[in-house]
Amino acid sequence: MLKAPDLQAIRQIIARAKRWDMLFSVLGILSLMVGVLSFCVLFADMAIKGVPRLEWEFFTSFPSRRAANAGILSAWVGTVLVMMVTALAAVPVGIAAGVYLEEYAPKNWVTGLIEINITNLAGVPSIVYGLLALGLFVYQFGLGQSILSAGLTLALLILPVVIVATREAIRAIPQMIREGSYACGATTWQTVRDHILPYSSAGILTGVIIGMARAIGETAPIITIGALTFIAFLPPAPFAGDPPAGMFDWLFAPFTVMPIQMFNWTSRPEAAFTVNAAAAGFVLVFMTLAMNGLAIYLRYRLRKNIKW
Amino acid sequence: MTISLPVTVSPRLSKKASRHLKERFIEFLLFGAAAISVFTTVAIVYVLVKESWNFFQHVPLSDFLFDTQWTPLFDDAHYGIMVLLSGTLTSSAVALVIAIPLGTIIAIYLSEFASFRVREIAKPFLELLGGVPTIVYGYFALTLLTPVLQILFPDLPGFSLLSAGLVMGIMIIPYVSSLSEDAMRAVPMSLREGSYAMGATRFQTAVKVVMPAATSGIASAYILGISRAVGETMILAVAAGMQPNLTFNPTEPGATITSYIVQVALGDLPHGSIGYQTIFAAGLTLMLMTLVFNLIGAWLRKKYREVY
Repeated sequence: MLKAPDLQAIRQIIARAKRWDMLFSVLGILSLMVGVLSFCVLFADMAIKGVPRLEWEFFTSFPSRRAANAGILSAWVGTVLVMMVTALAAVPVGIAAGVYLEEYAPKNWVTGLIEINITNLAGVPSIVYGLLALGLFVYQFGLGQSILSAGLTLALLILPVVIVATREAIRAIPQMIREGSYACGATTWQTVRDHILPYSSAGILTGVIIGMARAIGETAPIITIGALTFIAFLPPAPFAGDPPAGMFDWLFAPFTVMPIQMFNWTSRPEAAFTVNAAAAGFVLVFMTLAMNGLAIYLRYRLRKNIKW
Repeated sequence: MTISLPVTVSPRLSKKASRHLKERFIEFLLFGAAAISVFTTVAIVYVLVKESWNFFQHVPLSDFLFDTQWTPLFDDAHYGIMVLLSGTLTSSAVALVIAIPLGTIIAIYLSEFASFRVREIAKPFLELLGGVPTIVYGYFALTLLTPVLQILFPDLPGFSLLSAGLVMGIMIIPYVSSLSEDAMRAVPMSLREGSYAMGATRFQTAVKVVMPAATSGIASAYILGISRAVGETMILAVAAGMQPNLTFNPTEPGATITSYIVQVALGDLPHGSIGYQTIFAAGLTLMLMTLVFNLIGAWLRKKYREVY
C-alpha cells in the first residue's frame, strides 16, 4: 500500500511533467509565430510602402534616374523571356531524366552515380551555378551575357527540383498499372507515354511550378553572368524578326530581370528608390506566392482525389 | 511414338526490328537527359578548377590561406581568403543560432504536439516562407530589421552581419523544420506507444524517444541549413555591406565569399584578368566548404541510421 505522502510526491512528479508539456506547447506555438509573424510583417511592410506605387505606368515605364518616373517594364519583360527559356529547357529534360531513372534505369553504378549527382546538385549554392554559367555559357560557348545564358543557368538550377518531383509522382503509380500495360504487349515507351506520364502529370506540374517559382526569385546567378542593372530598352520580340535567323535575336539580347531591378533600387541610398524597391518586391513576392500557393493547392487536391 | 508439332510463329508476333530500334533510341535519349546532371557536376568542377588554377599561377597558396587582407582590386593587392571566410562564418553562425533551435522546436511541435488542423495550415505556410525570393529578405533586413536593431543597439552601423544573419536565420527555419519533421514522423508509432504506456508525457516522448530515433534525419536537416547559410548571397550583398573585413563580431559590416562574387560581377572586369579569376577561386572555396558539410552529413546519416 502507498502511504499518503508518497502519493503526493508522485502527483507532484506528474504535475511537473505535465507543466513541461504545457510549456513546450506554448514554446512551439511561439516559435511558429516567429516564422509566421515575420512573414506577415515583411509582406505588410512591402504592401504599405509599395502598393501606392503600383499604377499602370509602373509596369509600362523603363527604369529612370528619377525615382518617381521609374518602372519595371524591361524587368518584367526580361523575367518572362528568361522564364520561357528556362521552362523550355528544364521541363523536357527534367521529366525525361525522371522517367529514365524510374522506368528504365538498371541497378548499376552508372545509375547510382546519376542519383548521387542529383542529390548533390540540389545542395550546390546558386551562386556556383552562376560561376559555371559565366565560365561555360558566356565565354566557352560564346553565348554572351544574354537571355539564353540566363535561361539555361536557371534551367540547370531547377533541374533537380523537376527530376525529384517527376520521380515522386511516378513512384506513386502502383505497379499493377505497368503490369496491365505490359500484359497487353506494350513496350516500355508505350507504357510510359500512355499510362505513366498522363497519370503522373499533376504531380509533375506541381514540381515544375515550384521550380519556376524558385527560378523567378533567383538573383545571384544572373548577376554573376553579368546581367545589366539598368536597361532602358526592350529585347526584340520573340519570333518576330526575319526568319530564320532574325527569329532568335531575342535570345542573345541584353536583359534585366525583376529581382535584379529590385536589388538595384534597394542598394540606392535615396528613400524614393526604396519605395520602388518595395513595389517591385511586392510584385515579385506576389508572383512567387501565387505560384507556390497553386502548387500546394494542386498537391492537396491530388492527395484527396486519387485512390488507386 | 512422338508427334512433333510444327511450331510456327505468326509474323504479327515476331520481334520487329524497327520497333526494337525505336525503343532503344528513346531509352538512349532519356539516358542522355539523366546524364546531364553528371555533366553539370563535371562542368562545375572543370570551370572552377581551371580558373582557380590560373589564379594560383599568380598567387601562392600560402598567401591565399594566411594573408589577413583581401584587396584584389587595389594596386597593393592582397588575396587573403580568411577575410571573406570570417564574414561567411560569422553571418552563418548568427543565422544558425536562430534557425536550428526554432526549426527544431517547430518540427517537434508539428510532429508530436500539434493537431491535424494546425499542421495542415502551418506546413504550407512554412513552405511559402521558404519560397520567398532572397532579395526580398535582403530588402527586409536592410530597411526594416536594421532600423529596429538600431533602436536597441544605437551603435549598430547601417550595414551589419547581424541583421543579415538574423533574416537569413528566418529564411532557413522552413528548411530545417520541414526535413526534421519528416524524419520524426517516420519514427514508428510503436516506439511512441511504448513510451506513453510507461507513463511518459508527450514532451518526454519527443525528447527522449522520438528525437534520438530520428537523429540521422535531423542531422541532414541541420546540414542542409548550414549549406544554405554558407551559400546565401543576396541577403548579405544587400544588408551586410560589401567591405572586406576580418572580424568575427556580427555587429560590424563585412563581405562574404558570396557577396564578393556579386560585387565583382556587378562591376565590369575583363575576362581573364586576375580580378576575374579571384571569383572562381572564391567559388571553389565555397564549393569545398559545402562539400565538406555534405560529407559530414553523409557520415552522420550512416552512423545514426535506424532501420525499422
